[in-house]
Amino acid sequence: MLAEFLQFLFSGVTVGATYALVGLGFSIIYNSSHVINFAQGEFVMIAGMSTVSLLALGLPMPIAILIAVMITTAVGLLLEKLAVEPARDASIVTLIIITIGASIFLRGAAEVIWGRDFHSVPPFTTNDPILVGGAALLPQTVWIVLATLVIIAGLWWFFNRTLTGKAMLATAYNPMVSRLMGINTKFILSLSFGLAAMLGGTAGILIAPISLTYPSVGVMLGLKGFCAAILGGLGNPMGAIAGGLIVGVSEAMTAGYISSAYKDAVAFIIILAVLIVIPSGLFGARGTERV
Amino acid sequence: MFKKILTGLGRSALPVLAAFGLIAGAQAADGVKIGSFLAVTGGASFLGDPEKKTLEMYVEQINKNGGVLGKPVELIVYDSATSPKDAVTFVKRLIEEDEVDVIVGGTTTGETMAVINEVQDAGMPFISLAGAGVIVDPVKKWVFKTPHTDGLAVEKIFIDMKENGLTKVGVLSGSGGFDQSCHGNVLKLAPKYGIEIVADETHGKGDTDMTPQLTKIKNTPGVQAFLYCGFGAPTSIVAKNYKQIGMTIPHYQTHGSASQKFIDGADGAAEGVRLPAAALLVVDQLPASNPQKKVAGDYKNAYETRYKDQISTFGGHAYDGLFIAVEAIERAGSTDKEKVREEIEKTKNFIGADGIFNMSPTDHLGLGPDSFVMVEVSDGTWKLLK
Repeated sequence: MLAEFLQFLFSGVTVGATYALVGLGFSIIYNSSHVINFAQGEFVMIAGMSTVSLLALGLPMPIAILIAVMITTAVGLLLEKLAVEPARDASIVTLIIITIGASIFLRGAAEVIWGRDFHSVPPFTTNDPILVGGAALLPQTVWIVLATLVIIAGLWWFFNRTLTGKAMLATAYNPMVSRLMGINTKFILSLSFGLAAMLGGTAGILIAPISLTYPSVGVMLGLKGFCAAILGGLGNPMGAIAGGLIVGVSEAMTAGYISSAYKDAVAFIIILAVLIVIPSGLFGARGTERV
Repeated sequence: MFKKILTGLGRSALPVLAAFGLIAGAQAADGVKIGSFLAVTGGASFLGDPEKKTLEMYVEQINKNGGVLGKPVELIVYDSATSPKDAVTFVKRLIEEDEVDVIVGGTTTGETMAVINEVQDAGMPFISLAGAGVIVDPVKKWVFKTPHTDGLAVEKIFIDMKENGLTKVGVLSGSGGFDQSCHGNVLKLAPKYGIEIVADETHGKGDTDMTPQLTKIKNTPGVQAFLYCGFGAPTSIVAKNYKQIGMTIPHYQTHGSASQKFIDGADGAAEGVRLPAAALLVVDQLPASNPQKKVAGDYKNAYETRYKDQISTFGGHAYDGLFIAVEAIERAGSTDKEKVREEIEKTKNFIGADGIFNMSPTDHLGLGPDSFVMVEVSDGTWKLLK
């Protein structure tokens, strides 16, 4: 009984942590531009596919991972420079549609470069599960959770202790005043896309040994990551983490205890319920109208 | 807007293709015309591409050997780009302008189903290369097909389970079209083979972890075997999760997993998984007494020598479709459509890449569960069972 519960919990935490990492990317870009970047899932895919190619070239795992994250970050920066920045005076909705277009383009390009097949990435350490209370825990899950914690700590430090991070937060609150205070908001926008791509890429490499990787792997992960960000409150990084874990664990518990047929439905019902009661999400800034 | 651009592209490609047709037509004034529309590009291109290559290779060979009825064979192939709409356009063109004698094509079920009205109205013998059972069930006068159906695969699996004394089965299926059709057949056919479905789980599109569903199946009292109905990346994920939570009951998957990608993607966890597959997959291991060994072996050699590419079972569907059509025309002694149709329907003991075909007025596929062989993953490759 306990073993069963633990197994569902491990599955939920593994999946939830990946939703959280993808959700973080949504939050960061939303913060600096109020744009929902629907190409976030494609960052996950590009990093995974790049790792496969680099490993096939015979590079050792750590170097392959590093280069793959760099490639993904570069794609994020290019996306901002070539697609978002030229249209920065357009409305938010237009920018969001641009990111949807970019996601379709990136997926198509990946099919041309890497083909439609799925590929596996070897786990960072061993593949043998660790038995905890009768439930199997994959070492890769431990890696994912550890990496997520490190990233949370890193982001906290970046946003609270560095000038650039504070400049990003300031831009999120009020771009106009920030610009008047001498913050280069154009640079901040680039930086947020780079950072979001880096996070998405890291998520992609962390989960590739579990989920495998293929050109459309980012579609559903992107959608679930978006849900995580919304549930936790768009723009709040800690909210995205909590949202991801809630969605992941509730999916696993539903599949385990109720019926796998209702798995996705229950996750979405929780999101709807939360948004009806707290429209800004669990940790979102409470919107107050000033008159 | 996007659609308009696509149609525009299709239109501009048409005259070019038609020009090719005209040139070829001028050379072979009254040859036998075989028309085809295949998903050479688009989502199903990994199916359509080997089909096109197979047709081209064998039409060339047939012509080298004197053609059909002493006349050269002309092959007209259009790329329907995995689009049912384009498929209809090209089939109209094949019927009305190219005036072909028989159509062998239709890579996907969507493209095939879209053109059924056209070929039925025109009275055009049509051999489809798509998978679903609905194409020939109910039987349509002018429509035939060569690939196995998922129903046959499920029957083959149930027969194997019965032989091994496994009657209580846990099933997991995905949410795709193939997965759902397979799942429907599992529920429909289980009583016929005395199989009891004791657990019935599903997973969503793009899911990355199936351990909750598998844990549930593992803890179902009395479960003796596991069957996964699915396609693509999840096949490998299921195999991995299965080993991860320490499941040991026999693990079955369908012919949807019959690709090296499944074994590679599972990182060693696919060992011991059993599935039904076309004989083509293990042609080297077939006993010499198996009549398919020579046909499938020759096809494999010819394809791999010419295209320097690994053979796929999809090309095998095109091989069977082409030769069933050619032999029917030979037997009919003319290209009269009604006669050709009758002869296709009378196909008996045709040894193809997919199996041994025996068609009849009530069976326009002509394959039984015995057209599959059971294979097991062993040492990273396929091992023929029995």
